[in-house]
Amino acid sequence: MNKVVTIAQVKEWLEDVKDPEIPVLSLTDMGVITNIQLGDTVKIEMTPTFVGCPAIDYMKQDIIETLEKRGLKAEVEVNFKKSWSSDLISEKGKKALKQFGLAPPPHTKIFKDLEILENATCPRCNGANTELKNPFGPTLCRAIFYCHTCKEAFEQFKPL
Amino acid sequence: MDQQALKELLYKMADDQLIMGHRNSEWTGFGPLLEEDIAFSSMAQDKIGHSLAMYNMLQELGEQDPDTVAFTRNANQFHNCQLTELPNGEYDFSLIRHFLFDTAEAIRFEMLTQSSYEPLAQVAAKIRGELRYHTMHAQTWIKQLGSATEESISRLQKSLEYALPFSLGIFERSPFEDKLIADRIFEGEAALEKKWKAKVEELIGQTQLRLPSWESLTPVVGGREGKHTEHLQPLLDEMSEVFKIDPTAEW
Repeated sequence: MNKVVTIAQVKEWLEDVKDPEIPVLSLTDMGVITNIQLGDTVKIEMTPTFVGCPAIDYMKQDIIETLEKRGLKAEVEVNFKKSWSSDLISEKGKKALKQFGLAPPPHTKIFKDLEILENATCPRCNGANTELKNPFGPTLCRAIFYCHTCKEAFEQFKPL
Repeated sequence: MDQQALKELLYKMADDQLIMGHRNSEWTGFGPLLEEDIAFSSMAQDKIGHSLAMYNMLQELGEQDPDTVAFTRNANQFHNCQLTELPNGEYDFSLIRHFLFDTAEAIRFEMLTQSSYEPLAQVAAKIRGELRYHTMHAQTWIKQLGSATEESISRLQKSLEYALPFSLGIFERSPFEDKLIADRIFEGEAALEKKWKAKVEELIGQTQLRLPSWESLTPVVGGREGKHTEHLQPLLDEMSEVFKIDPTAEW
């Protein structure tokens, strides 16, 4: 039987579980944990950032192992009940992304038609004179930009 | 809700995505420029992810597990439209096919966000967002190359004329159209085709490419009921080659 814990406590412990592709971002900051239900077994629901995200099974296992270390038995269900959007990334998460060198995603309200995806600030020099080079990047969640101010390529966490 | 109708819909969508994903992946390492290599590889990963979501849903409905379904069927058991199985050919054909297919795919999943089958509506909302990047990619290149040089325009024109009859096969009617519509699972292929034609006309209209009249085209159908070109079986053989070495292996 699990010892008495709170949802806030579980959330805090889940801070230790990072996205393997962006190791500065915890799953809670990413906004992919959609429900936590306490009980003999802690039931966690999560939703992938991208349907084809190859890291999902890895993250699932990481959650189970992380909570096991805290003495909790956990089950993780991946579903699409609550659809993930980049707007769910916390402010702390956005700061972490920028420090990692990834431009944080702009709010999705501004790109209804995606014609104006070219809305990224360079995470290195904060220059706004940037250009979208490729809506696809090294992982499904990243796009490639070029900064005309510091003349460096950079990546953006895609708004979705 | 008619389960048979729902399964038929899920199978054809999943098979389209899997086969298109595989063809996209064949550009890995061969793209005409690095960005395109990355783009087609990323879209491949997305498409195969989308098909997995559909096969998972089918498994919930009592079908076999996704790997078995994806890797052990023969060509005549696949329900993808023939457009998706055609070899990549040169970049102009791949681009035109990507444009025609993903324009339909984006509208299809937009429509499916309203599906009465809740799991499908939920995943459709997600897939719709991802597809925006696919259509954006296709449109950027079609607009650019469709008005660039004599060579780029004539190449795209030729590929467009070749691909169009196949692309109309996307909308091959299923025997369950009426049931899908009545149960509000999906608005139906006819409604999708109408919206797709309007979008294709609008986008091709922004280039120097010419769209033949729809009436002059004969749709290539049969894919939905397992009739395929000679290109599908070799694709499946290659795709399942590693799986078949040891189907019981744990990955």
